[in-house]
Amino acid sequence: MPSYSLLVNGRRRTVEVAANTPLLWVLRDNLGLTGTKFGCGIAQCGACTVQIDGQAIRSCILPVSAVGASRVTTIEGLSASATHRVQKAWVAEEVPQCGYCQSGQIMAAAALLQRTPQPNDADIDAAMTNICRCGTYQRIRAAIHRAAKEA
Amino acid sequence: MDRRDFIQVTGTIGAGLVIGFRIPPTPASFKPNAWLQVGTDGAVTLTIDKSEMGEGNHTALAMIIADELDADWSRVKVGPVPENPAGWSRRMSTGGSTSVRTSWDILRKAGASARVMLVTAATQAWNVRAVECVTERGFVKHALSGRQLSYGALAQRAAAVPVPDNPPLKESRFFELLGTRVHRLDTPSKVNGSAQFGIDVRVPGMLVATVERSPVFGGKVESFDASAAKAVPGVRHVVQLESTPWTGVQGAWGVGTESGVAVVADTYWQAVQGRQALKITWDEGPNAALGDIPGKLAALAGQTGVTARQDGDVTAALAAAAKKVESVYTVPFLHHATMEPMNCTAHVRAASCEVWVPTQNQTRAQEVAAEASGLAKEKVRIHTTLLGGGFGRRLESDFVAEAVRISKAVGAPVKVIWSREDDTRHSFYRPATYNRLAAGLDAQGKPVAWSHHIVAPPILLKFGPLQNGLDATLIDGASDVPYAFPNVFVDQVAADLPVPLGFWRSVGASQNAFVVECFMDEVAAAAGRDPYELRRELLQAKPRHLRTLELAATKAGWGSPLPPGHGRGIAIAEWEPTTCAEVAEVSVSPDGTVRVHRVVCAVDCGPVVNPDTIEAQMQGGVVFGLSAALYGEITIEKGRVQQGNFNDYPMLRMTEMPVVEVHIVPSTDTLGGIGEPSVPPIAPAVCNAIFAATGKRIRSLPIGKVT
Repeated sequence: MPSYSLLVNGRRRTVEVAANTPLLWVLRDNLGLTGTKFGCGIAQCGACTVQIDGQAIRSCILPVSAVGASRVTTIEGLSASATHRVQKAWVAEEVPQCGYCQSGQIMAAAALLQRTPQPNDADIDAAMTNICRCGTYQRIRAAIHRAAKEA
Repeated sequence: MDRRDFIQVTGTIGAGLVIGFRIPPTPASFKPNAWLQVGTDGAVTLTIDKSEMGEGNHTALAMIIADELDADWSRVKVGPVPENPAGWSRRMSTGGSTSVRTSWDILRKAGASARVMLVTAATQAWNVRAVECVTERGFVKHALSGRQLSYGALAQRAAAVPVPDNPPLKESRFFELLGTRVHRLDTPSKVNGSAQFGIDVRVPGMLVATVERSPVFGGKVESFDASAAKAVPGVRHVVQLESTPWTGVQGAWGVGTESGVAVVADTYWQAVQGRQALKITWDEGPNAALGDIPGKLAALAGQTGVTARQDGDVTAALAAAAKKVESVYTVPFLHHATMEPMNCTAHVRAASCEVWVPTQNQTRAQEVAAEASGLAKEKVRIHTTLLGGGFGRRLESDFVAEAVRISKAVGAPVKVIWSREDDTRHSFYRPATYNRLAAGLDAQGKPVAWSHHIVAPPILLKFGPLQNGLDATLIDGASDVPYAFPNVFVDQVAADLPVPLGFWRSVGASQNAFVVECFMDEVAAAAGRDPYELRRELLQAKPRHLRTLELAATKAGWGSPLPPGHGRGIAIAEWEPTTCAEVAEVSVSPDGTVRVHRVVCAVDCGPVVNPDTIEAQMQGGVVFGLSAALYGEITIEKGRVQQGNFNDYPMLRMTEMPVVEVHIVPSTDTLGGIGEPSVPPIAPAVCNAIFAATGKRIRSLPIGKVT
């Protein structure tokens, strides 16, 4: 099997997996980074969202062979101890219910704020397309506005 | 009842103060099913048999006991769910929005008992009287001498104090945690990726499996060729699985697995590659032509049903009515679609079976695992993880049965992960129903007769044949229509369909609130009455309903002007004893797309444990119900579920999210649940608003485009 050298959360990691293995399953099964979730497998729900060079990407359809030298950031690597302003805002607004989609939501929100530091509601609608089955959207919106203010 | 019959010290030396108690507090053969531990380090741990699937019940339960204990909230946690349901004094399961309301009294008493014991321990240490001591945030304090001791320092001594007979409970005005916006205990782990869901379980030597199941309900593997699958790198085993019926016998809950073939590999992706290489020939069985469910239900509508409620004489009242309203309402099958797909990890050994599973139903999971492993129940341990959503789907144990069978077959721990398509196509669906309604108005426009004829496949067949031919879940929210009609008739025809059915968040109320509350709007229109005012008039004998409805209408500004093209609709439903009313404001674009702008939700759930959690549950239930109302539909053709993923079974997303305002009715009425009550009213509130905006009645869900 081919070997891939990945830069994940600032660390160089080498894995031997089939070339078509989605990054999601490399993270979860090979690297033990289970904070990134499997939800649909077809880039519909966003539970698997990670950042590739700062962009929010759905890792369930990204083959490991396409990652190359890019920097991969997962929820585990977003901040040292949940101190990222998005994570703090998520706690302050008490966003999660079951919590399963929230890693993906947080990674998408952090990427949005990186690109658009003061997003309006339309920016949030456009960027936050992840599904939350518990229906936490209203609090996600509030948390993003809160995080933007604290920038 | 002597309280010592249901609260006892069960601690071991060195564990601090541990009291066990029994929920519900029945005294016969005391066996605790919940524990409160005050450790010598001051940590306070509640151990209770409830799953956390997102509603915040763990935090709520801990708040109740911590408030009476005067604990330091920063030291409070909830321990793992106990692992051996067979040793339990009640069936261990979480559902029906029952966690808090079935635990409230006993948790308070247990917390108060422990507090008295800690105070007693302090009075012994100081040689003072109890009345001179106060408790505050994890300390006993003696004001006269300025001394204080932490609960941790007192815990061991307190364990030797007799359990008090009648510990004083706080008056509600002295609550410090209850009624306040306490932050959830599980939130920190859910923002940094450390929360452990079932799909995250990893045990030494574990393999990962995926299963190709019969595409047709009740089909069978006729033959299969696994040679290509076994050639995929990492694939270790291929295992054939037998089907088990979803219907039960003699009260036992049917398991409901499909015939299939499991591919077991080192990693999930390898298993998926192996599965794709399988060549399976299916015997599609007797359901290969199953389709047109709405037509089948409609065809049964001519049958006389089993009477669920009969007040007065509806037939005579309808015949004598000055005006008659008649309509047919239908709803489709629905799937739960938890964000975390079904999964289970099992390790069967010669004399033991370990199961790690996100389950709402530990008792049934253990029974099913015992059956599948051939071991006694007591040999099975159920390790409950966090649940990435439950909504009733995880009351079933089909995914447990599969994992145990596969582990047993391959002799290794195995995690079975369902794909989204597996999850959607092999579920236990909310029943599709057909409803024929009739109402009669007298010459003054007063409703005098209400008739509701329900045709539906019964969920309760999962527990064996129906009692009296009635399925109580199918008539919930219909037979108890709350309005003061002098003549009411509700009956139900059981449709025989080979489709696995299950409990879907708010169960029968989810469809019956739509039917009843939309038809009620039609009755109001026929009577020339405002739909809110007519409801008020007919709810005078239902004070809880009435005040909930009035709060929603008032906060929504019922009757105030709206932008052009907007309409407002109102609906109410009960998830006993909680009442929930919602007012939706919608508009419909020229292409027929429905936009829900604002939802005002009022809820009366009795005493408030955590208002932040109640608001979250109301918001979440509205979204859950709105996804179903706008888009939700599982259809069956050729015996197969036609939907598979979020592209064809869509969910509400951020851009469609209305503003949801939640108002809690100040209430000292009976404590009620909060997980389900906000789901039923949203579909009728939206449909009634569409009528207000466009004049078009929606009598069949999902709403889709309004053209």
